[in-house]
Amino acid sequence: MSFRLPSGGRLIDRTSELKFTFNGRIMRGFAGDTLASALLARDQMLMGRSFKYHRPRGVVASGAEEPNALMNIGEGGRFEPNQRATTAELFDGMAARSQNHWPSLEFDVGAINAKFARFLPAGFYYKTFLYPRHFWKYVFEPIIRQSAGLGAAPKEADADTYEHFYAFCDVLVVGGGIAGLMAARDAAADGKRVIVLEQNGHWGGRAPVDGAVVEGKPADEWVSVTLQALEANDNVTLRDRCMGAGVYDHGYVLGYERITDHAPANDVPRHRLWRIRAGHVVTATGALERPLSFAGNDLPGVMLASAVRDYVVNHAVAPGKRTVVVTNNDDAYRTAEVMVNAGLSVPAIIDARPSVDEALISKFSDLGVEVKVASAIAKVKGKDRVTGVAICAQDSNGSVSTTIECDAVAMSGGWSPVVHLWSHCGGKLTWDEDQAMFRPDPNRPPTNQTGEGFVSVVGWANGEIDQGDIAPVWIMPQGASIETRNKMWLDFQNDVKVSDVQLAAQEGFESVEHAKRYTTLGMATDQGKLSNINGLAVLADALDTGIPQVGTTTFRPPYTPISMGAIAGEARGEIFQPLRRTPMHAWHEKNGAHWEPVGHWRRPYCFQQPGESVEDAVNREITNTRTSLGLLDASTLGKIVVKGPDAGKFLDMLYTNMMSNLKPGKCRYGLMCSENGFLMDDGVVARIDEDTWLCHTTTGGADRIHAWMEDWLQCEWWDWKVWTLNLTEQFAQVAVVGPNARTMLETLGGMDLSAQALPFMGWADGKIGDFNVRVYRISFSGELSYEISVPASEGLAFWEALMEAGEPFGITPYGTEALHVMRAEKGFIMIGDETDGTVIPQDLGLNWALSKKKEDFLGNRAHSRSHMADPTRWKLVGLETVDGSVLPDGAYAVADGHNENGQRNMIGRVTSTYYSPTLDRGIAMGLVLHGPDRMGEVLAFPRVDGTVAYARIVSPVFYDPEGEKQNV
Amino acid sequence: MKRYSAFAIAREAANYHQGWERAWAKRAPKKRYDAIIIGAGGHGLASAYYLGKNHGITNVAVLEKGWLGGGNTGRNTTIIRSNYLQDPSAAIYEKARSLYETLSQDLNYNVMFSPRGVIMLAQTHHEVRGYQRTAHANALQGVKTEWIGPERVKQLCPIMNIEGPRYPVLGGLWQARGGTARHDAVAWGYARACSDMGMDIIQQCEVTGVTSEGGKVTGVQTSLGDIGCNSLGIVVAGHSSHVAEMAGFRLPIESVALQALVSEPIKPCMDVVVMANTVHGYMSQSDKGEMVIGGGTDGYNNYTQRGSFHHIEETVRALIETFPMISRLKMLRQWGGIVDVTGDRSPILSKTPLEGCYINCGWGTGGFKAIPGSGFGFAELMAKGYSPLTAEFGMERFREGRFIDESVAAGVAH
Amino acid sequence: MLTLKCPYCGVQACETELSPGYEAHLKRFGPGSSDDDFETYLFTRPNVKGVHFERWRHAYGCGKWFLAARCTTTLEVFGTYSAQTPAPPAEIIEAIKSKRPDWSPET
Repeated sequence: MSFRLPSGGRLIDRTSELKFTFNGRIMRGFAGDTLASALLARDQMLMGRSFKYHRPRGVVASGAEEPNALMNIGEGGRFEPNQRATTAELFDGMAARSQNHWPSLEFDVGAINAKFARFLPAGFYYKTFLYPRHFWKYVFEPIIRQSAGLGAAPKEADADTYEHFYAFCDVLVVGGGIAGLMAARDAAADGKRVIVLEQNGHWGGRAPVDGAVVEGKPADEWVSVTLQALEANDNVTLRDRCMGAGVYDHGYVLGYERITDHAPANDVPRHRLWRIRAGHVVTATGALERPLSFAGNDLPGVMLASAVRDYVVNHAVAPGKRTVVVTNNDDAYRTAEVMVNAGLSVPAIIDARPSVDEALISKFSDLGVEVKVASAIAKVKGKDRVTGVAICAQDSNGSVSTTIECDAVAMSGGWSPVVHLWSHCGGKLTWDEDQAMFRPDPNRPPTNQTGEGFVSVVGWANGEIDQGDIAPVWIMPQGASIETRNKMWLDFQNDVKVSDVQLAAQEGFESVEHAKRYTTLGMATDQGKLSNINGLAVLADALDTGIPQVGTTTFRPPYTPISMGAIAGEARGEIFQPLRRTPMHAWHEKNGAHWEPVGHWRRPYCFQQPGESVEDAVNREITNTRTSLGLLDASTLGKIVVKGPDAGKFLDMLYTNMMSNLKPGKCRYGLMCSENGFLMDDGVVARIDEDTWLCHTTTGGADRIHAWMEDWLQCEWWDWKVWTLNLTEQFAQVAVVGPNARTMLETLGGMDLSAQALPFMGWADGKIGDFNVRVYRISFSGELSYEISVPASEGLAFWEALMEAGEPFGITPYGTEALHVMRAEKGFIMIGDETDGTVIPQDLGLNWALSKKKEDFLGNRAHSRSHMADPTRWKLVGLETVDGSVLPDGAYAVADGHNENGQRNMIGRVTSTYYSPTLDRGIAMGLVLHGPDRMGEVLAFPRVDGTVAYARIVSPVFYDPEGEKQNV
Repeated sequence: MKRYSAFAIAREAANYHQGWERAWAKRAPKKRYDAIIIGAGGHGLASAYYLGKNHGITNVAVLEKGWLGGGNTGRNTTIIRSNYLQDPSAAIYEKARSLYETLSQDLNYNVMFSPRGVIMLAQTHHEVRGYQRTAHANALQGVKTEWIGPERVKQLCPIMNIEGPRYPVLGGLWQARGGTARHDAVAWGYARACSDMGMDIIQQCEVTGVTSEGGKVTGVQTSLGDIGCNSLGIVVAGHSSHVAEMAGFRLPIESVALQALVSEPIKPCMDVVVMANTVHGYMSQSDKGEMVIGGGTDGYNNYTQRGSFHHIEETVRALIETFPMISRLKMLRQWGGIVDVTGDRSPILSKTPLEGCYINCGWGTGGFKAIPGSGFGFAELMAKGYSPLTAEFGMERFREGRFIDESVAAGVAH
Repeated sequence: MLTLKCPYCGVQACETELSPGYEAHLKRFGPGSSDDDFETYLFTRPNVKGVHFERWRHAYGCGKWFLAARCTTTLEVFGTYSAQTPAPPAEIIEAIKSKRPDWSPET
């Protein structure tokens, strides 16, 4: 049984008792406990169930590498699955539940899988579940899914917050053990800016547990003195509970700081993601102990020797009263010594090495511990926990020489340096034959922007491990039968055994990546921290090749899993993305705006009045505008000033039509194509003076087009004297639209807005009321229309002044949908509706806007390619349903027959379709094969429900074809 | 080849499975083959498989620089769908999807095709219109898709927040027979079937040159020596430009990193695949229980299989917006692959300036779902010089200004 | 997570403040050019594994486009320079050759 020792425990505070629950049972632990140590103290050895066979599992490690003891912790919006009991620091009120079992941890129906384990070897699922075909989706897969998975899915939105920090340093030290602190001290002494990250809540790493003496001082004392000195240095930042999660290119490192996991609080973020740019990274990440592969090594009570030592020294918890130590190196002897010193029984040390230093043997014999040399565990006895071990010779096939009763086994297969951070960004490893480990190859470090190595490694992480003469022992005993190899676990969580890896090799999955993927070795939540080296050694042996020839799988970030919340940071909910608001945004919100996201802007789709549907609102806005007066917030339209002696020449390249010959005081509609010939934007250009133009773009286009202009000016025509400025946000713009537009504006007084003073497609500066304005006489609705811009700061006041002055005319604000319908009634194209990135001006009958006078403009050369000049390209027409209904959006017109691939032949498609309240019928525009030559023909548009809509090809201009209404 | 079945497993269990033979044979290259495929990824192996199965060409070698299935086949997010807008895309992806339906049985290898359904979320009016258009096109292309409203979206995927605040779900394009498959198994299953037909799959064999005579391909130089062939297929996503250079031509391709990540496994909570293009993220849950997450590509040429972390941040942030519960899951692993992106983001399956040499590349971020259709069409192109499935995907289209642009329906095409 | 030094404002800029712009030094072909030249200009790319000349814009900084010589297999940056440069300047060529003696500029 596991239990709390009466004294000791360097990390716990026996005066501070904490209450927690495990599977609903109330338990008590001490401050400084982890969930794992607190459970062990209560003899709760069984902590989880394995992934595949649902075998009973106890805690095996004491740190982040723990594969078994994963818990659901927390409740509601603070619930999180898959938390390692070994790193979950106990707090008062913690609610923990074990995972992956039904109905209970002690009795799990899924454990039936273990009974059939023999029929479920590596990759069995690739070989079966083939028939009947539909059973995979409906029977087999649901059963497998239900049985797989680990923790429960969180149900509620996250109640916690997260944040990101940016930090810069000359030297980043990852790992706050002795080696890391020394590296930090040295760097700080050199005057470097240093950041030190330690994943645990305490400093010093393993050294204090192992009773090390550092520079003449006991480790604990050395650590505290060194920390004090570092803390006193302004150039040094120390963060505990902060793991170096990943190393990325050019010295970018992620730190993952757990702020409240050990002490829940509402007013601070739960996790903090550090985004660090480091000149140099020192990894002092220590090493991980490897299990040994013997039959039954997964039973609760079998633990890593270092973990057993940790629990005894740090938490005063003994995993058992009688502990057998099994090892292939000297380090595990420390565990035996710690146990004996704590008054616990160690009946034997089973050492697989053919010979062991006599001094060591006699030292332990003096302590009453028998050392069995050249020995192995043939089998662990017990059903749900260890009751004893059967011993055999390591070089045998497993015939048992003796059995020893015990309730715990401490195993050590040697140590593997933690090389993850070294490897994330391409650092290479070398196999150290003597120490049986992969260690960083100093000649092949990860390289940074200058091509130099930017990571170095110190301490145990660099292979400087104090484990004596290790003997590489990959299975125990050496000649174990297949039946026994079938009971030796490599990957505890995923239930991958020695026999599975051997099967993979036998079936040709020879690459380490194949073997990993075929067996799932190393794919569990510990990402192979315990299993990888043992697994690939078994693979190498099966392939009769060397371990370095097999190599490792790729180390990918993060070192241990980090929360999605921390990755996302602060940007969630309303501030998930920036929200752009026009100066009138708040007014719209107050006045019933039904919003539509357009890029990062929100524009009113329509303004709903109480009791009104969205459709009703749109129709009312249109009718009101066409018969009297409407107001549109057009502030989101791009406004880019282009200025300079070569501005005209530049705009002639940018637009398909001429802009250089536009007269000051005039406006012209222009099209822009990409260099690939496709329409990318349109808008009205006004010439302000001799060398200044103002280009309006679409709402979505403003930033893109401005960047596009700069691209050409900086990278192609850099000797042209042109300057651009994006003024979109500096000005509010309001379209005053409708037959009463002029009359209403004249009531405000100010500039002359008559047709003579300001004709259609002209612009002028002046005053309206008290406002300094620029007025453009342009129309996207077909009505008399003034687009008026004022400084952004006056936008709201101007809008309100217009609303007030418009009241006698029944003025209505209108939204984007009314805008769209009105432009469609007029047959104006809309970028994004009639165009989709595959449409050229010729498709839309806009040939008039393609200047014949200019030698060159962007997109011109592209238009002469064979497919763009093809007469069978679909062309723009109007479409009128035969029955007056509205054509379905996106519908295609069909011709008889099918193409070679069995698809219906299509001859056209709807690009825009609306109900027109003005005409009281459906109107549409579309692109149709030979469309303009087929006026009057009726096309069939199948609906998705199988019925067909019929529409006649007509002119796209449905309303006021002569343009009488806008030009008054 | 020993057939796989439950009975075979039971039989082998008696002997602790020591009787299973190799899934694919290990052979040294011959001097000459009728056809050589460079690249033993999903597309290359499928091409070889259909050369044998549909066209009787079995004197074939598939040469692989590393380990088979080790490129993008083994590092994608395993989504299968065919709800594409443009005719040529819908044709080849639907061919692929329909072949996936019976692939496990055809290959006698469980590739775990799971037609659990794919939703493409619409979160702007623009997307609503784009997907309604796609739904119309799909109906005429023989692709079964359906426009569904937000309530149905919620019903299909209860963990989704359809109410915003920033991007409320306005509906979605639903393809009930889209889904996922086990990516490695697709490569392994094809490899096993190819090997069974007598084809040679040669791993650890790097092609270092392409030889030709009078404008016609004659073979390849490799790290294992020269190998002759009558026809050559280059199917090396991530290295297409490099190998094309050996064959003497250039491609309209840039190679960039695409990243993905998985969470730790949790119990089943999501039965469908969801793609949210407005916010650039997509997610499904693997049979193991991991949430499998992908996003957009990096924007610079890169051959390192590592991407920039801020794209991971953006993807996770976007998905938390729509799936708030994932905020409390942990990222287990992130990785990157190198994808070849063409000038119109659609693939190239084409003859090349070198006679007898064909290229299959440019699948960008969406290649896994196409594997069977791509192999089917490419094999036909190699065997007959023409395939209706690949006819529109010729590399001459860039010169002609004839593009197959899928981004028109909505954002990125994954 | 790349960093590139903006040659205009001198800032060692993180990738998050930059927008990438793919290959540099493309020669524009306009009206009258051959189909071949036009296709090459718009689409055909060497897409090199190795030293790549490319465009970046300091989009969330000074707004200037600049050019960089960067290795696509190691991400090493050999130098950045003005966008108003028709071909890589001598000092950039020199910087590359000092690190990669076997490299030559034609590709």
